[in-house]
Amino acid sequence: MAEERRPKQCTVVLPTESMKAMAESIGVGQLQEESCAALSEEVSYRIKEIAQDALKFMHHGKRRKLTTSDIDHALKLKNVEPLYGFQSQEFIPFRFASGGGRELHFYEEKEVDLSDIINTPLPRVPLDVSLKAHWLSIEGVQPAIPENPPPAPKEQQKAESTEPLKVVKPGQEEEGSIQKGQGAISAEAKGQELLMCLYAILKLMKPRSTHELSVEQQLYYKEITEACVGSCEAKRAEALQSIATDPGLYQMLPRFSTFISEGVRVNVVQNNLALLIYLMRMVKALMDNPTLYLEKYLHELIPAVVTCIVSKQLCLRPDVDNHWALRDFAARLMAQSCKTFSTTTNNIQSRITKTFTKSWLDEKTQWTTRYGCIAGLSELGPDVIKTLILPRLTVEGARIKAVSEGPVVSNIDKIGADHVQSLLLKHCASVIAKTRPLPDNMEQYRADYGYLGPTLCSHVVKARAQAALQAQQVNRTTLTITQPRPTLTVSQSGIGGSGGSRSPSIIKVPSSLTLMSTRPGTPTQPSPPATKYIVMATSAGASSTQQVITLSSSSGSSVTSTVASATSTLQPLVKLESRAASGLGGSRPLQKYIVVSLPTSASSSLESKSGMLPPSSSSTSPISLEAGMKMDRSDSPGASTQSPH
Amino acid sequence: MAAVQDGQLNMEVEKDIKTEITNDGSGNINANSSSPGSTSSGGKSKSPAGSGEDQQTLLAVLQFLKRNKLTESVDILRREAGLSADADDSPVSDSAGAGSGGVPNVSADGGDANSLLSRVSIATPFAPPATAPPKVVAASGGEDQPDVNVVLSAYSQQGDPVLYPLYYNGLKKFIESVLDCHRAELSQVFYPLFVHMYLELVYNNHENEAKQFFEKFSGDQECYYEEDLRILSSMSKKEHMKGNETMLDFRTSKFVLRISRDSYQLLKRHLQERQNNQIWNIIQEHLYIDIFDGMPRSKSQIDAMSGSLAGEGKRDANKAKVFYGLLKEPEIEVPLDDEDEEAENEEGKPKKKKPKKDSMGSKSKKQDPNAPQQTRIPLPELKDSDKLDKIMNMKEATKKIRLGPDNLPSICFYSFLNAYQGLTAVDFTDDSSLIAGGFADSTVRVWSVTPKKLRRVKSAADLSNIDKESDDVLERIMDEKTASESKILYGHSGPVYGISFSPDRNYLLSSSEDGTVRLWSLQTFTCLVGYKGHNYPVWDTQFSPYGYYFISGGHDRVARLWATDHYQPLRMFAGHLADITCTLFHPNSNYVATGSADRTIRLWDVLTGNCVRILTGHKGPIHSLAFSPNGKFMASGATDGRVLLWDVGHGLMVGELKGHTDTIYALKFSRDGEILASGSMDNTVKLWDTLKAFDDVELDDFTAATGHIHLPENSQELLLGTYMTKSTPVIHLHFTRRNLLLAAGAYNP
Repeated sequence: MAEERRPKQCTVVLPTESMKAMAESIGVGQLQEESCAALSEEVSYRIKEIAQDALKFMHHGKRRKLTTSDIDHALKLKNVEPLYGFQSQEFIPFRFASGGGRELHFYEEKEVDLSDIINTPLPRVPLDVSLKAHWLSIEGVQPAIPENPPPAPKEQQKAESTEPLKVVKPGQEEEGSIQKGQGAISAEAKGQELLMCLYAILKLMKPRSTHELSVEQQLYYKEITEACVGSCEAKRAEALQSIATDPGLYQMLPRFSTFISEGVRVNVVQNNLALLIYLMRMVKALMDNPTLYLEKYLHELIPAVVTCIVSKQLCLRPDVDNHWALRDFAARLMAQSCKTFSTTTNNIQSRITKTFTKSWLDEKTQWTTRYGCIAGLSELGPDVIKTLILPRLTVEGARIKAVSEGPVVSNIDKIGADHVQSLLLKHCASVIAKTRPLPDNMEQYRADYGYLGPTLCSHVVKARAQAALQAQQVNRTTLTITQPRPTLTVSQSGIGGSGGSRSPSIIKVPSSLTLMSTRPGTPTQPSPPATKYIVMATSAGASSTQQVITLSSSSGSSVTSTVASATSTLQPLVKLESRAASGLGGSRPLQKYIVVSLPTSASSSLESKSGMLPPSSSSTSPISLEAGMKMDRSDSPGASTQSPH
Repeated sequence: MAAVQDGQLNMEVEKDIKTEITNDGSGNINANSSSPGSTSSGGKSKSPAGSGEDQQTLLAVLQFLKRNKLTESVDILRREAGLSADADDSPVSDSAGAGSGGVPNVSADGGDANSLLSRVSIATPFAPPATAPPKVVAASGGEDQPDVNVVLSAYSQQGDPVLYPLYYNGLKKFIESVLDCHRAELSQVFYPLFVHMYLELVYNNHENEAKQFFEKFSGDQECYYEEDLRILSSMSKKEHMKGNETMLDFRTSKFVLRISRDSYQLLKRHLQERQNNQIWNIIQEHLYIDIFDGMPRSKSQIDAMSGSLAGEGKRDANKAKVFYGLLKEPEIEVPLDDEDEEAENEEGKPKKKKPKKDSMGSKSKKQDPNAPQQTRIPLPELKDSDKLDKIMNMKEATKKIRLGPDNLPSICFYSFLNAYQGLTAVDFTDDSSLIAGGFADSTVRVWSVTPKKLRRVKSAADLSNIDKESDDVLERIMDEKTASESKILYGHSGPVYGISFSPDRNYLLSSSEDGTVRLWSLQTFTCLVGYKGHNYPVWDTQFSPYGYYFISGGHDRVARLWATDHYQPLRMFAGHLADITCTLFHPNSNYVATGSADRTIRLWDVLTGNCVRILTGHKGPIHSLAFSPNGKFMASGATDGRVLLWDVGHGLMVGELKGHTDTIYALKFSRDGEILASGSMDNTVKLWDTLKAFDDVELDDFTAATGHIHLPENSQELLLGTYMTKSTPVIHLHFTRRNLLLAAGAYNP
């Protein structure tokens, strides 16, 4: 770097034109070229000299920025009168002007009306210097208080999760040696399957951040999780606000991640729409937190989110409850995480897209899942809509037609078809309005888009008409920020009647679950040696098995009964998935489900309940559909070590 | 060449001995006049040695002034010199070999002479550096070149400018072809050679050749010389050389290289065979090659020591004995025993234990062979309040936490809010009750961090009404109305860069860009004295651990030792080739360490004014220094983000702590010396295991004799902890008496 700069240093000289301009400004015209050259060299040298001296003042002023006062002091050293009037703190008050081939920097002196200054109200008096003490470290441990920086800055979290080999910053962490070991292992894996082992790496990295939580952190965790899924909306808002803004949550991130994924699994089974919504709002809050880097936990969060998008049933009364809003909300979350975390190595976006398309293309897919797939796809942006949804409009239109105009099959199907239709219209109309040339001919539309053509046409016309508004709307649908509030309140009112009485008891289950799991997690932490398998298996296994134990023991019979009911309600889901798999051809996908679910499923149940494994994993299946191949390999160490358990 | 130099060395040694004898004489005088008030007489001790040289220097200055038509100054100087040159002779000037320069000669100790000096240095901005370094040359090389013109024209002999790159390239090829073991050593020659060849070209008006030469070879130089190269590169005309201080440093001081005898012979043979007189001349004239017998050093060994502006310190520069041991706690036992017994009687605790321990401790201290004589320099007598404070200190010390790798200190961080980038210096009192901050807006602010508020003494009129016999007279003289948590001291006219509390908490020193050091009373919160002497910004000032004396250093490259009751400095330590950036007293108050922008640290003997250690190894200006509590070790931090550890007794580097990424502004050892805390511009506080660092160093006789140390490559193992602040650079650190670490810095949102 230095070598590159040096030759330049030799040659940097003020242009002779500047000399001329300066000479003219003080009334010396006709300065000879030679004298200009001589002058400019001399002046550049002196300026450099002064800059070097000014640097000294900056260093002793313990600053990183050179200020005008530094230059003044440097001038004073040379017995030169300082330049008065350049005391500006934040900018250098030079203006630039050019014209007639000349370029000039000049100091603009405006005429100021004194009465203006006198009449303007006085600015606020700046605060006086004050002294404030806080604990930077207590016996070697840095407390996580607002005065201290977050334990791991986002960049570091990102570096850890994306480039595990470069993490080992000298002196940054005391567990450097352990880290190195893990880095080396993950490097090996990378060598084998560069693309495939993302999940393996994530798994390897994960135990490292399962720190021992302090008592305060445990309390905080308890409060937050309880508030998030509790019944008091005000408390929940506060808790979500805390998750979205607090800088010190890095260490608790694994707990939150597990809490959410476990919560979704349990509540999907129980069709508890309200809790699913709360959990999705937690995901949103976590994503909003600028100090957290979630990539390490995507393997838990994405399946949970995808479940909320495409699950066949999310609520007890699908005909009444507004589970569509949840799907929309989750789809937006999904799109956001794709935007934030998709890289060339993990390919999240393309994998998600494939997953959605596959299940959408399947004839047997239910209307609810179909709706979720379309919502998920359309949130990914107009390009996706254009390439994937528009060509399918005819087929989809025919299917909708079959439901709405054919013999009445069931009310639920009809509602589903209606929602799919309006969803398609909403998203496609805006895209078509942008891409399709005028005119909007009804017949032409019917020819192009089939059954939906005419309605679509009118929508497009409407969309075009409100071109200005439309632009806003497109933003809204893709940016996902503005809409969640209304949808959530709607859905909440929806479930108010359905599961209101039951929700408290269920709410307690997940929170107590994961809270318990944090404590057992701690003793396992120090014991494992540096080998990856043990650390990983124990932490994952221990926390999860522990959960199930507490599930059955602490909350007693009522909870076990819910588990039982879970099995019953889940049965059809399994069938669905297996059918889907067979429909797609090949028994492979079926295998894949099992592999994917291994870590999570093992966590959700003891050996005795292994019958439940496939059902509980069914919710995560969409993600596994095409990640399956990779799972097979990357998860194998985990699977092999879990067998002794 | 080598032989000749050796001969000179011997002469020097003899001279040294002579001056030492005379110094001892003056030292005794000093010691005898034990009352602090009369120390000024110590300075006036006469010694004949060196006065001849002085006169020559004076003549040179006169000549220079005349040429610049500063007749007034000439007159004044002549008048003053006529008096002072015969009558006075500062002890500083006696030091023949240790690099103390010509400036003090002019100044001497007479009051007028000093103000004269200031006038001279105002009139001729580059006179002091110009005259100071030649003395070094004169002393070490035996060539007396006091005339500025002579110095400047050193390059006048010239060869064909076109051949310069060829010469350089030839040497480069040769050095690349020699055996590996010699290559690293001989490579040291490149940088000084490059600089001098470039300067020769510039001096002789070969501007284009010089530029080409620079572009061609500047990339080969070690990266840590980048700063200097940047300065060099900006200089392309002969006229530029005149005013440039860095330039004068290069030309007037010899660049010191340490090369083994074998390598040197190789080089010499090569140059003679090739008849390469150009390079040979430069080596002879501008380089000082310190030849040693034994194994050539490795690249890493060389890199560890190099990097300073003028090469490494000469080996013999670090040979003088340094009494690094601690002074016996003077006369503290008797009052302590009494007080302690009284105190313990009151508390009803067992009597005997502590006094015994203390007396034992002091006995063992007495036997410390490395400690200086108790009366080597006169120290102020302890007042009753000091004794009380010592007792408090000891009581606190018994509650001290023993620190170690498993027992890290807690860190309490004091953030200055709303400082608007203006905080420039911070200091804590030893008992951690007060914090002072120096600010860029010329103010000094003092805070009380205990519930006890800061109060002013009552006005004279009110004081006369007080009953002086009453027991609580000390309490009564304070004005309750003025009680507040902080006080602002106005008086400076530029940013305050250095700040230091007196050990008895009655005074505060501040040094500023305006060239003054001010002494403030913390009783009345007014300025007592403005010490004028530095004419340029004073970067740092520091009280002696025993009070009374203080040291200051600044842009004028001279460190000055003052006593609070003298408005003239007692000693002037000249020798640094660039700004003195930080100053520190040794715990026994007999020595003073100064860090400089020339990337060296020097240790000065307060008694004789000699430079007793030159420590090289830093690659950037040094901004912080710390002595270990036992006085044996020193730590230094620089803009390069590294902390270096030094063995003061042997004058050796014993450790390198890497980890910081920006300038280190604060260093402090824990009260027992087990842990070193470092604070940096990179917003971190780091803790280092110094016990281990010092244990790891094997000091056999050979390394001690040659100074070739193998640094253990384990600074990461020594790092005990890193604590990030929230965008708050750490600019001061302090261990309380109970080993709690206090840190301070300004929050920059």
